Amino acid sequence: MNTPDLAKLIFGRLTLEAIPYHEPILLATFAGVAIGGIALLAVITKYKLWGYLWKEWFTSIDHKKIGIMYMVFGIVMLLRGFADALMMRAQQAIAFNGNPGFLPPHHYDQIFTAHGVIMIFFVAMPLVTGLMNYVVPLQIGARDVAFPFLNNFSFWMTVAGGLLVMASLFVGEFARTGWLAYPPLSGLAQSPDVGVDYYIWSLQVAGVGTTLSGINLIATIVKMRAPGMTMMKMPVFTWTSLCTNVLIVAAFPVLTAVLVLLALDRYAGTNFFTNDFGGNAMMYVNLIWIWGHPEVYILVLPVFGVFSEVVSTFSQKRLFGYASMVYATVVITVLSYLVWLHHFFTMGSGASVNSFFGITTMIISIPTGAKIFNWLFTMYRGRINFDVPMLWTVGFMVTFVIGGMTGVMLAVPPADFLLHNSLFLIAHFHNVIIGGVIFGLFAGINYWFPKAFGFRLDAFWGKCSFWFWLVGFYVAFMPLYVLGFMGVTRRMNHFEDPSLQIWFQIAALGAVLIALGIGSFLVQIYVSIKNRDKLRDVTGDPWHGRTLEWATSSPPPEYNFAFTPVIHEADAWWDMKERNAGRRTEGYLPIHMPKNTAAGFVIAAFAFVFGFAMIWHMFLIAGLSFLGILVSAITHTFNYKRDYYIDAGVVERTETARTEELAAHV
Amino acid sequence: MSDMHATPSAALAENQTQFWMTKDHHPENGTLLGFWIYLMSDCLIFASLFAVYGVLGRSYAGGPSGADLFELPLVALNTTMLLLSSITYGFAVLEMQKNRRGTMMAWLIITGLFGLAFLGIEMYEFAHLIHEGAGPQRSAFLSSFFTLVGTHGLHVTFGIVWLVTLLVQVGKHGLTGANKRRIMCLSMFWHFLDVVWIGVFTFVYLMGVLP
Amino acid sequence: MKMLRGLLIPALALLLSGCDAVLFSPSGDVARQQRDLIFISVVLMLIIIVPVIFLILHFAWKYRAGSKAAEAEYDPDWNHSTVLELIVWSAPLIIIIALGAITWTSTHKLDPYRPLDQIGPSRPVAAGTKPLVVEVVALDWKWLFLYPEQGIATVNEMAAPVDRPIEFHITASNVMNAFFVPSLAGMIYAMPGMETKLNAVMNKTGDFEGISANYSGAGFSDMRFRFHSLSQGDFDAWVAKAKASGDALQRDDYLKLEQPSEREPVHYYGSVAGDLYNRILNRCVEANRMCTSDMMALDQAGGQGIVGTYNVTSLDAKTRSRLGLNDDGRRYVGALCAARGTTGEAMTPAGRPL
Repeated sequence: MNTPDLAKLIFGRLTLEAIPYHEPILLATFAGVAIGGIALLAVITKYKLWGYLWKEWFTSIDHKKIGIMYMVFGIVMLLRGFADALMMRAQQAIAFNGNPGFLPPHHYDQIFTAHGVIMIFFVAMPLVTGLMNYVVPLQIGARDVAFPFLNNFSFWMTVAGGLLVMASLFVGEFARTGWLAYPPLSGLAQSPDVGVDYYIWSLQVAGVGTTLSGINLIATIVKMRAPGMTMMKMPVFTWTSLCTNVLIVAAFPVLTAVLVLLALDRYAGTNFFTNDFGGNAMMYVNLIWIWGHPEVYILVLPVFGVFSEVVSTFSQKRLFGYASMVYATVVITVLSYLVWLHHFFTMGSGASVNSFFGITTMIISIPTGAKIFNWLFTMYRGRINFDVPMLWTVGFMVTFVIGGMTGVMLAVPPADFLLHNSLFLIAHFHNVIIGGVIFGLFAGINYWFPKAFGFRLDAFWGKCSFWFWLVGFYVAFMPLYVLGFMGVTRRMNHFEDPSLQIWFQIAALGAVLIALGIGSFLVQIYVSIKNRDKLRDVTGDPWHGRTLEWATSSPPPEYNFAFTPVIHEADAWWDMKERNAGRRTEGYLPIHMPKNTAAGFVIAAFAFVFGFAMIWHMFLIAGLSFLGILVSAITHTFNYKRDYYIDAGVVERTETARTEELAAHV
Repeated sequence: MSDMHATPSAALAENQTQFWMTKDHHPENGTLLGFWIYLMSDCLIFASLFAVYGVLGRSYAGGPSGADLFELPLVALNTTMLLLSSITYGFAVLEMQKNRRGTMMAWLIITGLFGLAFLGIEMYEFAHLIHEGAGPQRSAFLSSFFTLVGTHGLHVTFGIVWLVTLLVQVGKHGLTGANKRRIMCLSMFWHFLDVVWIGVFTFVYLMGVLP
Repeated sequence: MKMLRGLLIPALALLLSGCDAVLFSPSGDVARQQRDLIFISVVLMLIIIVPVIFLILHFAWKYRAGSKAAEAEYDPDWNHSTVLELIVWSAPLIIIIALGAITWTSTHKLDPYRPLDQIGPSRPVAAGTKPLVVEVVALDWKWLFLYPEQGIATVNEMAAPVDRPIEFHITASNVMNAFFVPSLAGMIYAMPGMETKLNAVMNKTGDFEGISANYSGAGFSDMRFRFHSLSQGDFDAWVAKAKASGDALQRDDYLKLEQPSEREPVHYYGSVAGDLYNRILNRCVEANRMCTSDMMALDQAGGQGIVGTYNVTSLDAKTRSRLGLNDDGRRYVGALCAARGTTGEAMTPAGRPL
């Protein structure tokens, strides 16, 4: 075998040419990332943190630590996804009057694709999953999730997928197809380079993690609730999490299947979505939206739960209409499968088909409207403390109804013929995703941060962050609504009509305001860590909460609850406080806990290598790494030392320390 | 309630309701439920592939159709292999419940052999089709046929890898609770693949040879 | 909250200044009806949205901790009211029933496939009016318009007589696009191997913009065309001008035109191969390629049998070099007469009835 063959066997189609060292923007980014990365690694090495990180975090199967890692990952990816957004807004604000802007289509098209993919899969999903992971077991009085090892594995698979997207920045390129990669554009004939392969494999790898995490949380909620917690006594966040995870398990397989088919078209020469040999690209569009629409609810249902918790806690009042809230959630869950076609009314389905899907879409606004009313009436006759989480909630309620309205406009098929694919559509879904999901995540982060770390987040910078985001959102996206009415379509690289420019400039200003909002959030975290002693909360219940996570210390001990709580009312912790339940401080028992393991990290690392090798057609390495996945998974099944007992004495010491701390602060 | 009287805590005593468990809380094991949910998600992958086959199954692109290609006797033999393997797996589970490790392992090995026979016949069929020029590239019908049947075959392959792993596990550690649970999970997986195959056999092969 | 309102008002003012937006001042009857639907649905929803936004801000302010109302009316256990629940569910329900009814009727009335029955409010289409048929092909990255009645074709420019119904037949060469003239009517996808239809009419003369409204790759942003709405006389002159062009659009010319290009200038073809649009739609412009219509008929009858497996071919080298095309490795099903057996001898297809 001569050398070129050997090189091809090992490196596939990866050559030095794939490193974009001739692109100044990418080079600068790479230098920035490299310097930052090296600095970070140096700090970790200097303070000898590797062992700590590895033992206490990377291999941890504690749902709380995994939840925090999800959040950190999501926030880091938010910075990347938002950098893409800034570049897009800047490009569209200057690319007028023959000025090509600073991003040629080749580059720009990757950026809007990456922005969508990253924001949905690697920002919103990890943040939502992180919240659920952290909060759900605490809310149901459990000590961990049903499958702690799978939880760790799911997290690392998500990270592996995210790393693949990041790798595309510096090795090769990302897809230039839009975030759903419609064929035939994403087919081999139109996109022969590695971009779409990066897309496929990053989503497949991350998708495994998401599906498993969905299964895990369903089993947790169904099987591990504390005694007495019937379904109709579950906290609303747990309810929405349950529905979300049902949606994940029922939707992600479709994404997996459709991406497998696209991959086969590209790798094996099959003809599912090609133009010839009987392929049918419309099928891809249908299948991906059968996943895609439930995905919207996967993101938004958990934050509906967050708002439900926040609004009742800060109004110091029981949630209005608990039962109708639950029914509304379930109705939305079911209906979310019956609306996918509204994403492509313009494909030319008949009038009856279009109106069916238009009307089902509108029907979803009924339970959603009921939810808004329920939050509204929760505030009614309350005593509302406007702490930061509550600010986000009120901001959400106002913003979200506007997004809901524009959504229903788009659900009227003839109106959609005018507005489809326009910047109106872009404004609409950012209206619900920023105004709904992102606001909810910030509400959740501000709400549960003291639980996770034992001190509150700084309120001043939190308010700055909120106002910058809120104002920034309106400044950035109201112009896009207008541009939509002007018939401006999405994904344009440059424009001819100079009268549009002012709107794009306003939108760019809005993006800068949002950047300040993100900056304020980072400052908020920094300032809070610096002032942690001032912001310390020893009660474990800084907001006068209602659900069980506030019953334990902040941060909770690794076993969450020394004694499993017994539930009598929907707002279990509120009920316990009302009835002076007190803490139980005697009769500690040893606690059975799962043990940390590196298996999840190792398998996910192999999966990363496998994905990367498949992208570059390094089939030898792909085969070897797949074997690695298999062998390490099998080896893990031979590990019988998966659990241990926390000694009753240790539990007693921990709990006594807390008792003393509580006594000192009363 | 008797637990409550055992705790002298003042707050608890004046209050007739118990708020903390005094005994260790053992939630039910969620493995079987979790695995069942996984199977349902896998079922949706198959459902998608069936749907794709439903859309593309008659798009021969001027090439051969199922009636031209499928050899029903061979497929019938193949189906028999898989169905028999499901029965023998059932025997293995019966033996497991009687805690007879040796016979259980024997039945599992027979199951695995039937599985291998099934895969062998399937691979022969695929090789034959590709040799005839009717590979997955020729038409959308063949693409969806190979993908649907091949995905099922891949599942059987992983099932066999799992089965071998379990044989080693049981050989090493015996019929422990964990291993019994695993055998039950694989059992669900195996029967699930059987059910999927019934669908493949009916919708792809039998209906495929209809004129 | 004050700050919020302070920001919303200028935002609203800006929004109002966008009222001259093209979708709000359409020039075609279909776009006008679609715009009216936008207005109707907004008004219907505002009935519920405005009170909700008002109540959110009102309650948030009124029941803030420390306020008089919060002290006097605080009721931590109040969480249910059957009357309110009924209102909460039925108010949106009623709006949606109304909107749903409007959706059903308007979607059927404005179905792009349905021939027009009016060219404007109370201006029914005169009996016996034949719509102008325009065949549209989205190419990489330009628009091709074929006028079967007039026997001409144009690139990146089209024209139509004012107030005459137009029937668009739309397809694409390679990737999905969307045909969109915002002043005329809503968009519809242009997809390879498939035909979508759009019935519309322009009520004003003028020069309008048309775009692709579905991202289709590198040259997408420049994939625009002009839509000239002309009086009948001007339209005839426009047709005559196109006819006067010496260029013909034969099948070979199309194969060259189909190659990706950006910012293609306007071009007229005085004559067009008669079945060109059908061949584009059925993906058989190449001489040795099977039309999808034939292929589907064959498939309906059960395919071509095992011999059909070999009926795969590509554009031959001679034609390629004549047209100056690179070998892109693309293969397709051969036309029926090109069916060959393993040894290359010509064969009849499997002998199945068509």
